[in-house]
Amino acid sequence: MRTFFLRCLAIIIVVALTACRRPSDLGEAAAASAIENKGSDTMVNLALAWAESYQTERPDVRLSVTGGGSGTGIAALINGTVDIANASRAIKSEEREKARANGIEPVEFVVARDAIAIIVHPANPVNQISLTQLSAIYRGEITNWRSVGGEDRPIVLLSRETNSGTHVFFLEHVLRLGKKDDKSLFSPDTLLMPSSEGISAEVRQNPNALGYDGLGYVTPDMKTLAVAQADGEPFVLPTIATVNDQSYPIARELYMYTLGQPSGQVKEYMDWVLGPEAQKIVAELGFVPVR
Amino acid sequence: MPEVSSQKSVVRGQRPEVRYGSGAEFVIEALIRASGYSAILFVGLILIFLLKESLPAFAEVKPEALFGQRWYPIEGHFGLLPLIGGSLIVTLGATAIAVPFGLAAAIFIAEVAPRWAREVLKPLIEILGGLPSVVLGFMGMLVLAPFIRVTLDTPTGLTAFTGSVLLAGMALPTLVSVAEDALDAVPKSYRDAALALGATQWQTIWRVTLPAARTGVLTAVMLGIGRAIGETMTVMMVTGNAARMPTALNALFLPARTMTATIAAEMGEVANGSAHYHVLFTIGIALFVISFAVNLVASAVVFQQQKRSQRLLS
Repeated sequence: MRTFFLRCLAIIIVVALTACRRPSDLGEAAAASAIENKGSDTMVNLALAWAESYQTERPDVRLSVTGGGSGTGIAALINGTVDIANASRAIKSEEREKARANGIEPVEFVVARDAIAIIVHPANPVNQISLTQLSAIYRGEITNWRSVGGEDRPIVLLSRETNSGTHVFFLEHVLRLGKKDDKSLFSPDTLLMPSSEGISAEVRQNPNALGYDGLGYVTPDMKTLAVAQADGEPFVLPTIATVNDQSYPIARELYMYTLGQPSGQVKEYMDWVLGPEAQKIVAELGFVPVR
Repeated sequence: MPEVSSQKSVVRGQRPEVRYGSGAEFVIEALIRASGYSAILFVGLILIFLLKESLPAFAEVKPEALFGQRWYPIEGHFGLLPLIGGSLIVTLGATAIAVPFGLAAAIFIAEVAPRWAREVLKPLIEILGGLPSVVLGFMGMLVLAPFIRVTLDTPTGLTAFTGSVLLAGMALPTLVSVAEDALDAVPKSYRDAALALGATQWQTIWRVTLPAARTGVLTAVMLGIGRAIGETMTVMMVTGNAARMPTALNALFLPARTMTATIAAEMGEVANGSAHYHVLFTIGIALFVISFAVNLVASAVVFQQQKRSQRLLS
């Protein structure tokens, strides 16, 4: 009995000692080579795929990727809690000023391109829509599918939350048609969904729904509409080809912002992201490579 | 009676000895007192923190703008009315569903159901209260919302009503459990007297037992409402989050945006110290005031009830 207790005690001591040692080792490794990467939900799958692929190549580098929205990522960069912020919109001038006030100069990299797909329920007979129609619908001026060639059904407007870069891009380039002095807003009846998945779930089951989301998030169980730049222009479906030749009207650049000019590990990672291997992953995930 | 008084004298005799005889007693007493007071201290500190973070909002945003009908913070529209309206309509809807169902369930369990059914039902209902709200929200989004859209023929299933139904489901376990305890605490002699006077079982429940347990039942209702107004995750997932003013009764069957969902959805994104940030804390103050008012009303009612029963006894 006594030897049993002694053995137990010995085991406990050994376990405790190893347990004590491990965190400090990990802590040192993390301090030496952890890259914090946060931001756009549109880009989170892409950023994760990049991080996984990079880590198999460079097992000594630790990358942590989180989503939350472009605004969240840039806010974290301004507060200095991340090394790289992902954003599906360009940084705003007031955000840049706030960063400068904190002594940080965000450096911009265009890492991929993305098309915003207009999605509806598969049973919706509408196949195409123009930007002017989309603008009128999201302002709340058109409220029935009949007005755009569909059935006599109310239109349920779906949008991402206001912290999403996709939301801001859509507001500026579709709802306001790129006019800077236009101050019109989303109709108050617009449903603001906290996630891409919220939009997908509603579009899949509701024939009244009209939503938008990054091309990378469109699945075969929803229908993508062809979009025309203006009434009378040709209707174009979003594909890699139509985004690259710029015939699809709702496309944008995806950005990464670093804390000042990148150096060391962050610079190596950014070089890799813009290299051929990472850009191949961009195409695989339904986005459009930049080079 | 003599027994009780003799016990009292024993306690009285022992008390000074224990008090001065052991330092541990003093420490324990002090600790208990400190933990009691700390609750007040924490509420006070939270209020001070909320005020400190929210007061700049009144300087940065015109007060009349806070009473605007448009909430679109990234362009400086800070009207709180649609959010307050959204919270009220979802909470009132939840109360209207939960109170009748909850009371009926509590009465059935306490007064009607046989003993074995009661022993099965009560724990089952309490388990329901342990469901994480995000799970309920997910089920609401994928199951309840499509069902409501088809059966009620609304444009979308993501409505204030969907949120109300789920919140009612979350408030029910608390409500049933507390109300049942209150009904159970009514002395058996009350029921026996009513039945002896020739009242039916229904008359006994409605005229005697329920009024006698009124205090506890009211507490149950208030706790249920408190649970509903503070709930965040579920409503964010199923109410559609459209910040529209509820102008007519049909607003219950249209999307709504609650105060809690707004804070949860936007707090992660705001720049520290911006007007938007301060306004979000103002919403927090509004929530604090509302739940404080609900609690105040509840305790006022309970207090009044106590005075009344004291009068009756004297």
